[in-house]
Amino acid sequence: MTNLGLDVLFKGSNFLRLLGGLWVAVRISLVSVAISIALGIPAGILMTSKKKGIRVIFRIYLEIVRIMPQMVLLFIVYFGTTRVFGWDLSAEASAIIVFVFWGCAEMGDLVRGALISIPKIQYESAAALGMDQMTSFRYVILPQTIRRLIPLSINLITRMIKTTSLVMMIGIVEVLKVGQQIIEANRKASPNAAFGVFAVVLLMYFLICWPVSRLAVYLEKRWA
Amino acid sequence: MGNEVLRIEHLHKEFEGNVILEDISLTVRKGEVIVVIGPSGCGKSTLLRCVNALEDIQGGKILLDDEPVDPSSKAISRMRQKIGMVFQSYDLFPHKTILQNVTLAPEKVQKRKKAEAEREALELLERVNLADRGNDYPRQLSGGQKQRVAIVRALCMHPDILLLDEITAALDPEMVHEVLEVVVSLARSGSTMLIVTHEMGFAKAVADRVIFLDEGRIVEESSAPRDFFAMPGTERARAFLKTFDYE
Ligand SMILES: Nc1ncnc2c1ncn2[C@@H]1O[C@H](COP(=O)(O)OP(=O)(O)O)[C@@H](O)[C@H]1O
Ligand SMILES: [Mg+2]
Repeated sequence: MTNLGLDVLFKGSNFLRLLGGLWVAVRISLVSVAISIALGIPAGILMTSKKKGIRVIFRIYLEIVRIMPQMVLLFIVYFGTTRVFGWDLSAEASAIIVFVFWGCAEMGDLVRGALISIPKIQYESAAALGMDQMTSFRYVILPQTIRRLIPLSINLITRMIKTTSLVMMIGIVEVLKVGQQIIEANRKASPNAAFGVFAVVLLMYFLICWPVSRLAVYLEKRWA
Repeated sequence: MGNEVLRIEHLHKEFEGNVILEDISLTVRKGEVIVVIGPSGCGKSTLLRCVNALEDIQGGKILLDDEPVDPSSKAISRMRQKIGMVFQSYDLFPHKTILQNVTLAPEKVQKRKKAEAEREALELLERVNLADRGNDYPRQLSGGQKQRVAIVRALCMHPDILLLDEITAALDPEMVHEVLEVVVSLARSGSTMLIVTHEMGFAKAVADRVIFLDEGRIVEESSAPRDFFAMPGTERARAFLKTFDYE
């Protein structure tokens, strides 16, 4: 029978270590998503501003975020700032800063999209009922925006979880890095471990992201 | 004459330099039902939207109970509470139940008690045979039912005047009647209304006065709707009415 190299997972605490690494990845993305949502909502509202200058600034911000490879950002924040500004940022803090810089822009764009997708007639019928702007926003526009937003932001969460695999490049020991370590340590005893371990890591990403994206589909249907 | 609810004086409306409404003057008294007819694109919707300050105007005056209607004024939300409007497209709030759709503005704008607002909402829904649908969402209702709810939602604010803009134009034919019946019964019970419609039979039945609008101007106005529909005074009105006849 082909040796898939799964045996190393049952050696010692290897499997638990992998789960620990997975938790690091999930923790970084959860914290980043939470902050991104908190900052992304006001950013998105500003992106629909009537003032052209404000819109342009956010447009540029979004373009920068989309063009820059996240890995380069990670390097700049983690290695660069220590040298240049003398900041002593932990690797995890650097990762969260980069993810929030990215997430806030993407989230803002989602909020903007959700806001402008609310038909004009909704604003008008609220106004026609005598609601002022605040009342209309709070009871009519915002609830509809949030309903449209939740499935979209869940997709952003899964993208973030996947992208956390980059943070091992600045020394964070997350699931992929743990996997590598296990493989290294067993190079002699189980040369086939690379396949088994990485396959299990892949499966772990899937098991985390799949329910999350099913939830998005469910909410999308329910609120459609 | 007293009892004036709405007075429009020399209204002038442009969109980016295009004149849409020109020198429109019109008075609506309490309990009157005015029907506005005219070819598509002649400015009927724009006229109603100006009355509700959903459009700014470039000249003339719109007075509701002797107070100017002005989109840029702080008082505009308070003025709009006195004007009920129902649009052609379904405009219920999709995230609220039917009952919540009706009570939202009475509660949040007029600050009425929830129980009292709900009681009135249910009474009104009963009048349009929808009392049992209070907990449903708009997507569960047919187009005709949604428009009846939209009328109820406007009525629950106790407006001084109701503006109806082709409220049956987007409906399947078999639903037109159930909606117009509601409007006819409102007219009988003394509601003040400014109605835009393409349903000529309904217009004839419900109008105290008919206004024929063409190219942004009032071309003909008649306080005897039956005579108007039988024998319009102007060639343009005659030509327009002919488009509804089959021979
Ligand atoms: N927001 C707008 N911007 C520019 N032109 C408009 C706008 N709304 C309506 N119009 C124009 O005003 C004219 C009257 O439109 P409308 O009042 O909707 O007509 P009706 O309701 O009689 O069919 C049309 O020529 C239309 O193209
Ligand atoms: Mg129209």
